[in-house]
Amino acid sequence: MNWRIRLRRDRSLLLMALPAVALLLVFSYVPLFGLITAFEHYDPLDGVLNSQWAGFDQFRLLFQDPAFWASLRNTLWLSFVQLILFFPVPIALALLLNSVLSERLRNFIQSVVYLPHFFSWVLVIAIFQQMLGGAGALNHFLARHDLGPWDIMTNPDTFALLVTGQTVWKEAGWSIIVFLAALAAIDPNLYEASAVDGAGRWRRMWHITLPGMRGVIVLMLVLRLGNTLSVGFEQFLIQRDAVGPEAADVLDTFAYFYGITAGNYGYGTAAGLFKSVISLLLIWGANKLAHAFGEDGLYRK
Amino acid sequence: MTLTLTRTHSRAPRSPGARRSGRNRRRPVWEDKPTALGQGLKGGVLVLVVASVMVPLWIVVLTSLSTPGAINRAGGMVLWPDGLTVDAYRQILTDGPVARSILVSLAITVVGTAVSMVVSVLCAYGLSRSRSFGHRPILLLLIITMFVSGGLIPTYLVVTGLGGYGRYWALILPGAVSVFNILVLRAFYSSTASDLIDAARIDGAGDWRILWSVVLPTSRAVTAVITLFYAVGYWNAFFNVMLYMPTESSKWPLQYVLLQYVNNGMTIPGASNGGFGSLQTQTAPQSLQMAVVVLTLVPIVVVYPFLQKHFRAGMLTGAIKG
Repeated sequence: MNWRIRLRRDRSLLLMALPAVALLLVFSYVPLFGLITAFEHYDPLDGVLNSQWAGFDQFRLLFQDPAFWASLRNTLWLSFVQLILFFPVPIALALLLNSVLSERLRNFIQSVVYLPHFFSWVLVIAIFQQMLGGAGALNHFLARHDLGPWDIMTNPDTFALLVTGQTVWKEAGWSIIVFLAALAAIDPNLYEASAVDGAGRWRRMWHITLPGMRGVIVLMLVLRLGNTLSVGFEQFLIQRDAVGPEAADVLDTFAYFYGITAGNYGYGTAAGLFKSVISLLLIWGANKLAHAFGEDGLYRK
Repeated sequence: MTLTLTRTHSRAPRSPGARRSGRNRRRPVWEDKPTALGQGLKGGVLVLVVASVMVPLWIVVLTSLSTPGAINRAGGMVLWPDGLTVDAYRQILTDGPVARSILVSLAITVVGTAVSMVVSVLCAYGLSRSRSFGHRPILLLLIITMFVSGGLIPTYLVVTGLGGYGRYWALILPGAVSVFNILVLRAFYSSTASDLIDAARIDGAGDWRILWSVVLPTSRAVTAVITLFYAVGYWNAFFNVMLYMPTESSKWPLQYVLLQYVNNGMTIPGASNGGFGSLQTQTAPQSLQMAVVVLTLVPIVVVYPFLQKHFRAGMLTGAIKG
């Protein structure tokens, strides 16, 4: 069919796609072009096109900045703690929930654990403050029993545990959805056959349930590794004042505070670009790793 | 035997509209009955999990409803109704920045969700007909934005460059389109029976008509889920306020007012008389703070039960196909 005729036939479909495409062009593609500010001494008065070129100066400054290295170190450390302490929780929770026989009970628990996912970070942290903060419920309780104050919310040393705890509380329930789906897809006949062969509860878990979840677990791990440098943004932004930038600055907040708040746009963009490039490499590498394990990863090999 | 087994495990791939059964799954005959200890442990862990969500919410709600005396008696952790009062709510709703910020939040949520849904539904349907002209390159254009982005500062420069500083549209338009949501919608629209669409076309319906009268009515569940996702996103957003209108307290939505309290303790800047810092008040400061928290929670908790049955189906398509 001639393309003119096809264009005429599908013009209303194209018209429908137009608003979304226009919004993405303005707010996603134009900013891509704005990345060149990372190579400029960007001056808002001159604009992107007329600002003075800086070459790699911004990056040179960045790599000499101790605050940048501190935020990179924080990012990696927080990511590591989350990987160890957060990642297994939804899997365990999904296995546990899947073993509950009562449908009504299962639905009830699911409704409850999904709920915090819909709360904002401001709300989650306000609730944590009320529970664990200096003037919160825990400290009132401790004071009543003549035990010293224990302010978890402002302690830089335990900050990684605190934020991981918050992430678990907010997102662990929601994350079980994919694992439950994987569990539901396992052929029940396998369980019966292995039970007839004499496999016990734990053997069946090891030889049937876990292999059945393997694909999803690897996929989630790939996504997690690919997002190593994106540990979360709002969570750290909100709590930065309480624990100090030394503990709470990650790469994203670094770009915000040293770029926008300080008005040093080229510098902040350079930090952001550094993060994006490394992240793309990480996604690519993690995918390779998944393929090496014989799994699909993000896309089929 | 096999029949029983299949039925006992047939719960998961439920169609979106299916009624929840409430029946129990039967234990397969070959599986041993768990020990009392195992059952107890499992039950204990599950109670703990549910309590970790419910107890903080319970305490927050009761604290917001308590008199200063009751809060003192309970040692700050109000677990039982005792000396209830709605003074905190009366105070923040009649005075200070909270009342206005609720209206701002609602307006942003309603307008933003409407914009996002119209744009997303149109785009998803426009790209959902296979063999239509140009849908592949456009799809690619969309998907690329999921992997590479200009990042925070270039986006900030574009929005402020367009005059978005201090304007409400800066809180809505830059993030109005979620490509992920479009892909989920598109997956549903692609699978809508093409027989149905062909029939409508033979009856003389154009694409607009088909979308409105055929596709939308047959995809109510996914529409509900995506609407919820967008609405929650707008309701919860505060960072773009921080970027584009940090100094204009009269335009702050509720989340940003709450953030001020989280960051600055009891004083809310812009709360002139009778704000959180006021000493003559008969209301405990904790009650005022928790009342703001509860107001932030209310819309989510109200909408949640109605949509909860839909989003399992909606999310699964998204998680697996998307």
